[in-house]
Amino acid sequence: MKSLDELKKLREKAQETIRLREQTEGTKIIVGMGTCGIAAGAREVMLALVDELQKKNLADVVVTQTGCAGLCEKEPLVEVVRPGQPKITYGYMTPEKARQMITSHIVNGQVIGEYVIAREDTVS
Amino acid sequence: MAEYRTHVLVCAGAGCVSSNCKAVEAALQDELEQVGLAEEVKVVETGCIGTCDLGPVMVVYPEGVFYQKLTPDDAREIVNEHFLKGRIVRRLLYKAPQSEELVERAEDMDFFRRQYRIALRNTGVINPEVIEEYIARDGYAALGKVLSEMSQEQVIDEIKKSCLRGRGGAGFPTGLKWEFTYKAPGEEKYVVCNADEGDPGAFMDRSILEGDPHTLIEAMAIAGYAVGARQGFVYVRAEYPLAVERLSMALEQARSYGLLGENIFGTDFSFDIGIRVGAGAFVCGEETALLTSIEGKRGEPRPRPPFPAVKGVFGKPTLLSNVETYANICPIILHGADWFLGIGTEKSKGTKVFAIAGDINNTGLVEVPMGTTLREIVFEIGGGIPHGKRFKAAQTGGPSGGCLTTEHLDIHVDYESLKQVGSMMGSGGLIVMDEDTCMVDIARFFLDFTRDESCGKCTPCRIGTTRMLEILTRITEGKGEEGDIEKLEALAHAIKAGSLCGLGQSAPNPVLSTLHYFRDEYEAHIREKRCPAGHCIALLKFVVDPELCRGCGLCTKVCPVGAISGKRREPHQIDTDLCTKCGACQEKCPFDAISRH
Repeated sequence: MKSLDELKKLREKAQETIRLREQTEGTKIIVGMGTCGIAAGAREVMLALVDELQKKNLADVVVTQTGCAGLCEKEPLVEVVRPGQPKITYGYMTPEKARQMITSHIVNGQVIGEYVIAREDTVS
Repeated sequence: MAEYRTHVLVCAGAGCVSSNCKAVEAALQDELEQVGLAEEVKVVETGCIGTCDLGPVMVVYPEGVFYQKLTPDDAREIVNEHFLKGRIVRRLLYKAPQSEELVERAEDMDFFRRQYRIALRNTGVINPEVIEEYIARDGYAALGKVLSEMSQEQVIDEIKKSCLRGRGGAGFPTGLKWEFTYKAPGEEKYVVCNADEGDPGAFMDRSILEGDPHTLIEAMAIAGYAVGARQGFVYVRAEYPLAVERLSMALEQARSYGLLGENIFGTDFSFDIGIRVGAGAFVCGEETALLTSIEGKRGEPRPRPPFPAVKGVFGKPTLLSNVETYANICPIILHGADWFLGIGTEKSKGTKVFAIAGDINNTGLVEVPMGTTLREIVFEIGGGIPHGKRFKAAQTGGPSGGCLTTEHLDIHVDYESLKQVGSMMGSGGLIVMDEDTCMVDIARFFLDFTRDESCGKCTPCRIGTTRMLEILTRITEGKGEEGDIEKLEALAHAIKAGSLCGLGQSAPNPVLSTLHYFRDEYEAHIREKRCPAGHCIALLKFVVDPELCRGCGLCTKVCPVGAISGKRREPHQIDTDLCTKCGACQEKCPFDAISRH
């Protein structure tokens, strides 16, 4: 270690790897991972979400999973919860739609209406 | 490399290792492989998370779900349910002791929520064997700041201003020690860390060494720069093999990154640290004995002055602090002394780590701001006393300290308040005792410990503790005599006055403290040959309650000496002359008709 800059670069790189453990107040993306969701391809959707978030370097977005929401027909389901906004649920997701959703909804704040199957108006 | 979507933190502190966390981790890894999640879920071994009683434990991020008391099969279930299907395994969650409610997330547990972690900021959060994880949490930034922006005097002033006091026992102002060492004449100086944690029940230093070794290395390097030393030593006891292993690994990593060695951060400052392993003598935690032991001599204390800051290891000026004290240094440098001054009480700033043990629901390690009440520590963070028993006393300061009773539950714990009531902070061991604890026996236990550990250099300590132990043993065996209490007091004061080092000077404290608060128990033992807590076997009498006894005869079968007699379906009797007080009958009786007094 010969300089502070060197340490700073190393720190930024290392922070990527432990970011998941910091509790954030930001956006939460929840993937339905019941048997129905997994059968419909939720695993691939989730991996696409994680991968896309990393590519776009979106630090305060957390991807978690949940069980079957009861709407097995429309799986894979993806919910987006943002502070102060209604919860949006997308249905029939695919890895491509998931990546599109990140760009449009998470980055630009534009909900992709045609994929939405539910909108919960109680502000979380 | 794909980013992991889940991090599983598996506690690998010594407590969890002994409850077999390694097997749990292996099962976890194996199951992840089998269901094809190994690329998505990362398993991280951390240092002690603090909930030692609940081990093996794991915390799942990003949700922060806390799982406890795990077996390898549980781990497999978590993989299949939680990681694969997103369903939290509720039966493995923590249940709050009082409300009996299940708590999902670690941060919602009273145990964690009420803590304020400075010294333990990284333990249980990072993998101690990966230096990058430490760096990610601002590791080595304080050393960088000190070397690039601050003069030696500025560093010392900042530590002085923070009012940080030694966390190892007496609470001496750390900044002053740094200043004394800096000002002491001499070219060659040393920085030493006392990691010879010996108080029964205390393990905060071990947890920091095991869970965040780099914080110690960085702080010692900062201290080295401030006082003008280029060599440091960590004196750690041989009973901490995992701590030694992780510290050695951390030292290697720091050297390979050039954070130890020549010209750190391209400056003129060079520093390195060596490990010295102690051979297991309690007295070596005393500072002069420790320094003597580092020199390779027999670990015996010597008179002070000269203090280590003037004449320490190899006769050179030496800065000596304990692990927890050093663990506070980097945050103070990074956030400033003013930040630190905002935490704690008027004279005791910052936080203190306590190792809670004994009759308590949440055995483990907690860090709370100075001034937290004993009630909060025992009942809210510690979860109260198990089996609905009542709180009787808490021992602080280990064998050098004293006990706190119910009347002290609301004192704000800091250096001054503990001293005022005849105890001390010590290293932070907190042993909780319930109503079944005999205070005479507790005093005997600690005296037995200090008698064993006396190095033998001073007669009052060597012979005096032996005599005190003999008297205490006699009292607990029902052979106490009138005048024993007075003899104990006289011996105690003589030992305190006539011993060279802290071990002897404080060895009688548990006796004096229990005599002060529980004198009636001593008197009951001596005069009435009775142990009020029902603990001292020799003083117990087993009796059958004729109202409850149904005469089933089970007790007569289990009694090894044939002391119980009686007709079938009629109340039985115990012959107290024959009875050996083994307690077998009491355990066997289906009607709870046998009691001990």
